Amino acid sequence: MKYQAKVYVTLKKSILDPQGRTVEHNLHRAGHSSITGVRIGKYIELSLEGELATVEAELKEIAETILSNPIMEDVRYALEEVSVTV
Amino acid sequence: MKTAVIQFPGSNCDMDSWHVAQNLLGDAELVWHSESSLPKCDLVWLPGGFSYGDHLRTGAIAALSPIMREVKAHAERGGLVLGICNGFQILTEAGMLEGALMRNNSLHFLCHDVHLKVERSDTAFTNTYTAGDVLRIPIAHNEGSYYADADTLERLEQEHRVVFRYSTEQGQTMPEGNPNGSLNNIAGIINARGNVLGMMPHPERATEELLGSSDGFKLFESLLNSLAVT
Repeated sequence: MKYQAKVYVTLKKSILDPQGRTVEHNLHRAGHSSITGVRIGKYIELSLEGELATVEAELKEIAETILSNPIMEDVRYALEEVSVTV
Repeated sequence: MKTAVIQFPGSNCDMDSWHVAQNLLGDAELVWHSESSLPKCDLVWLPGGFSYGDHLRTGAIAALSPIMREVKAHAERGGLVLGICNGFQILTEAGMLEGALMRNNSLHFLCHDVHLKVERSDTAFTNTYTAGDVLRIPIAHNEGSYYADADTLERLEQEHRVVFRYSTEQGQTMPEGNPNGSLNNIAGIINARGNVLGMMPHPERATEELLGSSDGFKLFESLLNSLAVT
């Protein structure tokens, strides 16, 4: 079976995000004064193939140890089955 | 002393490092990251640069290189490992040193001299300095802000694992002397065993007066000294 994974990596909540802070400041300057909590992260897409349990385990492993650094980042991910159209 | 300077795609201090290792330490060899064995050597040097274009995270992909298994084995045998700038980032990503290097709090790439306070003179890397010495050494990085969680930071301090701290010219380790937002002004740390040092500033760029400072010279003199002692 083929799957598509979507992986979201963000800085841990406890860590200041200078990039997010700068964007937020400039959103305010552009008149969007009610915006708060801007955090900048990464979005990664990838495809996997195999049995669901194996694919889930592999995705968990790479998301938590390679695609993100658990010292400074949080990661969440979702897996979707890809329907094959002929 | 024999040094292996590891080259990753995107390393850009490899030849400076080789020059210093060859001419100050005695003998140096360049080793490509995809090699699966190291030459017989006393020191492995992970040079500065932008390995793999800093994709994903600085040092993250280099940490997965085949040669890093050998670098870890070398460290486990007690061999010396020096990671400078990107080399420090690689060591943290490889789990050989604690913490992580994050984007500078100013969001600017910083390329200028800083002052560093030497915290320890009892390591293989600093035994010809005196604790409290203040050095002037360049930095050149975008991700140099040292971060570790509170427990790790406390343990590092208790175990005296911080070897260099950013400071003022007078050696005060305060926010004023901190270029990038590093916690506790940390510029360089050593592992518990004392054979793996990572630091963001570039001592190899401060080994001759012609370069503007020779304050990094003693780090290499210390390495030679440590080898003579053991």
